[in-house]
Amino acid sequence: MNEDRPERPQLRVFLVDDHAMFRAGVRAELGAYVDVVGEASSVGQAVTAIGATVPDVVLLDVHMPDGGGRAVLTAVRKAHPEVKFLALSVSDAAEDVIGLIRAGARGYVTKTIAPEDLVDAIRRVADGDAVFSPRLAGFVLDAFAARTDAPVADPELDQLTNREREVLRLLARGYAYKEIAKELYISIKTVETHVSNVLRKLQMSNRYELSRWAADRRLV
Amino acid sequence: MPAARLYRDPDHRLVAGVASGIAGHLGLRPLVVRIAFIALLPFSGLGPLLYALYWAVLPIGPTDPRAPRPRRDRRQLFPLLALGLGVLLVQQLIGVGGGADAALAWLIAVIAVGAGIIWHLADPGRRRRWSAAMPQAPWLAPMVDERDRRGFLLRLVGGGACVIVGVIGILVVFGPSSGAGFTVLLGGLLYALIALAGVALVLAPLLWRMFGQLRAERVGRIREQERAEIAAMVHDQVLHTLALIQRKAGDAKEVVRLARGQERSLRNWLYKPTAAPTDKFSAAVEEIVAEVEDTYAIVVESVVVGDIDVTEKVAALVAAAREALVNAARHGKVASVSLYAEVESSSISVYVRDRGVGFEMASVGPDRHGVRGSIVRRMERHGGNAEIRSEPGAGTEVRLSMPTPEGKERDHERGQA
Repeated sequence: MNEDRPERPQLRVFLVDDHAMFRAGVRAELGAYVDVVGEASSVGQAVTAIGATVPDVVLLDVHMPDGGGRAVLTAVRKAHPEVKFLALSVSDAAEDVIGLIRAGARGYVTKTIAPEDLVDAIRRVADGDAVFSPRLAGFVLDAFAARTDAPVADPELDQLTNREREVLRLLARGYAYKEIAKELYISIKTVETHVSNVLRKLQMSNRYELSRWAADRRLV
Repeated sequence: MPAARLYRDPDHRLVAGVASGIAGHLGLRPLVVRIAFIALLPFSGLGPLLYALYWAVLPIGPTDPRAPRPRRDRRQLFPLLALGLGVLLVQQLIGVGGGADAALAWLIAVIAVGAGIIWHLADPGRRRRWSAAMPQAPWLAPMVDERDRRGFLLRLVGGGACVIVGVIGILVVFGPSSGAGFTVLLGGLLYALIALAGVALVLAPLLWRMFGQLRAERVGRIREQERAEIAAMVHDQVLHTLALIQRKAGDAKEVVRLARGQERSLRNWLYKPTAAPTDKFSAAVEEIVAEVEDTYAIVVESVVVGDIDVTEKVAALVAAAREALVNAARHGKVASVSLYAEVESSSISVYVRDRGVGFEMASVGPDRHGVRGSIVRRMERHGGNAEIRSEPGAGTEVRLSMPTPEGKERDHERGQA
């Protein structure tokens, strides 16, 4: 996609989080690498401000009053499908993570992520790739676990290929994309493609486990 | 001429508008109709009986909402009551009617009045309110609706009347003058039922209120208990940890250890652990992760997929994984270590990886008991396999795998945090 990464203008990033301290911290950390164009502490504020600024990437808190990150995602994505979302949370609960991904976020990282990793994740999401934390990779493996009793309606969407499974396992083991590429003798681009495919399956598949998570979060 | 239907006329009522309604229908003066009702009093109480029946059956007439509601002239009631009293006195003097027939007539009149009350209460607005108050049993609502003071009074009077009639009836039926027999028994039963119904009618709101209060109290107590539990936890753990962190603010490693330990205990508290470390593989892994984090002040990013019951082999795998974590923490010189465990149908795998200094495998002397004995030999002894990959400067990865017993593969459960 974008091979001219270093030369292009700074990414425009928007922060949505109800903790002012956390916003200030992230703003300070990211300031040198990206252009933080705005921040919001509530769902309503976020929807209006994102609509007005149209940033490249929105860093979205999962847990907020009045609906949380999901409410922002649903409200903004209709009008601005070009805005990418990266979920950021302290929660490790599977249904939170899966719920936000299924609502359209392109990645999920925990709030303890190191600043340079966060910048990397933002760039990756801006490029249209997916960002999986080790834990999210684990959840996905769990959800797509090959089980004989799970009916498979659509093999294309409901199952991971062996290669995708391998990539996810390495992600869960804490490997960076570069290390995964080296380990599997494939290019980083190919790793990115695999992860994006997994993201698509995660969003589109109606597998029982995913539907259950979705139902828990009242997504369906 | 519009169809002259018979209505009650609440605009010109003295008691319930029956007489004025009939008068309007017949084109007479209301007073005439009222006097007629009173005149019927001596005939086994036919007057009030009829009045009650009309009250029960007649719908409320259409009133003109724009017209000012005329005041109800209660003073008219007194002469009529006096008249009724007089008629009754005359009846007593000349001995017309009375006796058992009269008692029966009064009883019927009382029941008719009760039915009339219920009928009367059931106008559409009220019925709607009742259904809103008790959606599961709207017919019960008039019994327990406490906001309606008039309803409450009527209920009290109606219930009281039922009790009195029932008790009197029982006394009469079982009194010395009456004979035995099936009809007597039936009558007694009937009166007892009436008495019971009366008691229920009077007590229903009280019972209902007590029930509601009890429920509210229980909910409140549970809430209070939860609040106290949270307060205790915050006080015992979080505040202490924060105090410690402030005192050790200069020691970054210690601060991380404290914060990490507190985070883990809060998470455990929030998402209650689903199994004991001695029962389930995932819980056992979480336990060694916590222990290593606490002891060596590092962060272990652990991901566990799937779950299985702990057996001797599984315990050995967990112990080897712990040793790998300890090695990474002690020799890796890193702040964080990744652990990934996956339970598959045929095997369990654990990967422990750090991005630390690494080492040359060849340089590990036979004295390094940790790697050789605790990891490799332990795994081999239990039929598993351990592989250690390390590169100076690029970190170390320990790969452990243990075959699962075939039978367990079908019903293995997936572990969810």
